[in-house]
Amino acid sequence: MSPNVFTFGRVVRLSILSLGALVFLAPYIFMISTAGKAQSDIFTSSLNLIPQHWFYAENFAKAWSRVHMPTLLFNGVMVCLMILVIQVVIAIPCAYAMAKLKFRAAKVMMVLVMLGLLVPIHATALPLYVAFDRVGALNSYMALVAPFSISVFGIFLFLQFFRAMPDDLIHAARLDGMSEIGVIARVIVPNAWPAITAFSIFSVVAHWNDLYWPLIVVSNQAYATPPLGLLYFRAAEAGDDYGALMAATLIITSPLVGAFLLAQKRFVEGITMTGLKG
Amino acid sequence: MADMAATSIGQVPAAAKARRSAAERQEARAGLMLSLPAIFLVFLFIILPVGAVILLGFTNFELGYPTFEFVGFENYVELSDDRTFLKSLWNTTVYAAIVTPISIFMALGLAMLMEAEGIGRSFFRTAYFLPVASLLVAMATVWQYLFHPTIGPINTMLAMIGIAGPNWLGSGGMVLYSLSIIGVWQSVGFNLVLFLAGLTAIPRELYSAAEVDGAKSGWDRFRLVTWPMLGPTTLFVTTISVINSVKVFETVKTLTEGGPNKASEVLLYTIYQEGFVYLRVGYASAMTVVFLAILVVLMFIQYRVQDKQVHYS
Repeated sequence: MSPNVFTFGRVVRLSILSLGALVFLAPYIFMISTAGKAQSDIFTSSLNLIPQHWFYAENFAKAWSRVHMPTLLFNGVMVCLMILVIQVVIAIPCAYAMAKLKFRAAKVMMVLVMLGLLVPIHATALPLYVAFDRVGALNSYMALVAPFSISVFGIFLFLQFFRAMPDDLIHAARLDGMSEIGVIARVIVPNAWPAITAFSIFSVVAHWNDLYWPLIVVSNQAYATPPLGLLYFRAAEAGDDYGALMAATLIITSPLVGAFLLAQKRFVEGITMTGLKG
Repeated sequence: MADMAATSIGQVPAAAKARRSAAERQEARAGLMLSLPAIFLVFLFIILPVGAVILLGFTNFELGYPTFEFVGFENYVELSDDRTFLKSLWNTTVYAAIVTPISIFMALGLAMLMEAEGIGRSFFRTAYFLPVASLLVAMATVWQYLFHPTIGPINTMLAMIGIAGPNWLGSGGMVLYSLSIIGVWQSVGFNLVLFLAGLTAIPRELYSAAEVDGAKSGWDRFRLVTWPMLGPTTLFVTTISVINSVKVFETVKTLTEGGPNKASEVLLYTIYQEGFVYLRVGYASAMTVVFLAILVVLMFIQYRVQDKQVHYS
């Protein structure tokens, strides 16, 4: 199948794929176009993709001023980063111990991990909320981060990866006099970057996008994450100022979409690897 | 599962313990120390809350009231007769029944087209995958604009060819389908990437072998090679898709708040309303137990199918 010969079948294939891609990209096209339109343009000519009056500056200024965008983006980055670092620091030693060391709790832990994979935050949210409420910890980074400090999925993923690592590597390191912590830091982690990258992508995408838990524990704008901030913005705008709304949407989606476009290959590898869960 | 835990602990014979060498004991201690933080956090944030939810489901606990009492199965009796809850179970089922098959077959079809086509592969992958990497709450807002009954581009386009577009998110008969469209749009890319990986893993020789054996048409090759070889991927994608559809929340919260007239009330949204808006924690816990039970059943079905499946790889 030389790429230069266009048979009938290939034309059909390419047409279907292109049409599908156009449909899938349409929301982005309209988002970018509408973010630059004045209210009057939006009401009269919704199918004109090029704005008649160039309104990007006004809409972005409005989006930027109504909700404190820097705070939202900062909160999003902070929360995702804290969650990721804690998850990795907790999960890697545990997965290493389960994969390479013999100890009794390993079997119990395996059962806990398999059970934990079944339980989403939606199932534990009620008692956690009551507990956070009792200790007065609502509206804090702590409340946003703590329930995700443990990722059984992370343990599961690292476990699979570590099991495939040769034992000789670890034995050699131990003969050199390394402690178990030393083995993890200097042998395991440097060899586990593919798994760590995959897990990081999974974790950041999940928590950057999560609405459920932040919606429950945060009622103070100062701690709002991007999805929650957008909800506030929509409420404040009473819905119909689509120009400003699309500008806000554009600002809030662009960090992750940008990261995806820059590191596509890693994203796709990560999803295929972590695809075990989703 | 609890039985499994008990037997796996029991498998370590007590006599063997005494014979363990110092090195083994040291290894065991290191293992325990390294996994202790994880074990502690699993108990604190998973086991304990799940236990608490099950217990709370048997109480009339409400946030803001100082006392509560055990009411037995009263919450569950009330649930079986709660029209909102039944409606939301039904809506969730309908949503899952629409989104799951469409997003799977669309992804499979697109993956096969991309696999067969040499050019544009990475562009198409990017285009279809973009929704997965986008903030759903934000993109739901864009969809709200696209779906707008009067100024929305979709209805404007329909009007150009003489069709009066429906009130996508505003009419009770339509809203669940509109949310399903967003659901499909958002999940196809994820399934697609997994199918692409599955397709790449199929050895080319199998197709030539099938051809030698008389599988001449494309459909024959699909039926005899592609579909069976993709079995594990399909099973996995199906499970994930069903579970994700059962967990639909963001679009409902952002766009419809369960409306109009509960036409888009879904399970997690109902739990959210009862538990965190009306603060009826006990009652919402009972709903959560039903939600968890659904997840357990789905996983159980997956394991059963997996066991029966023939493995080719």
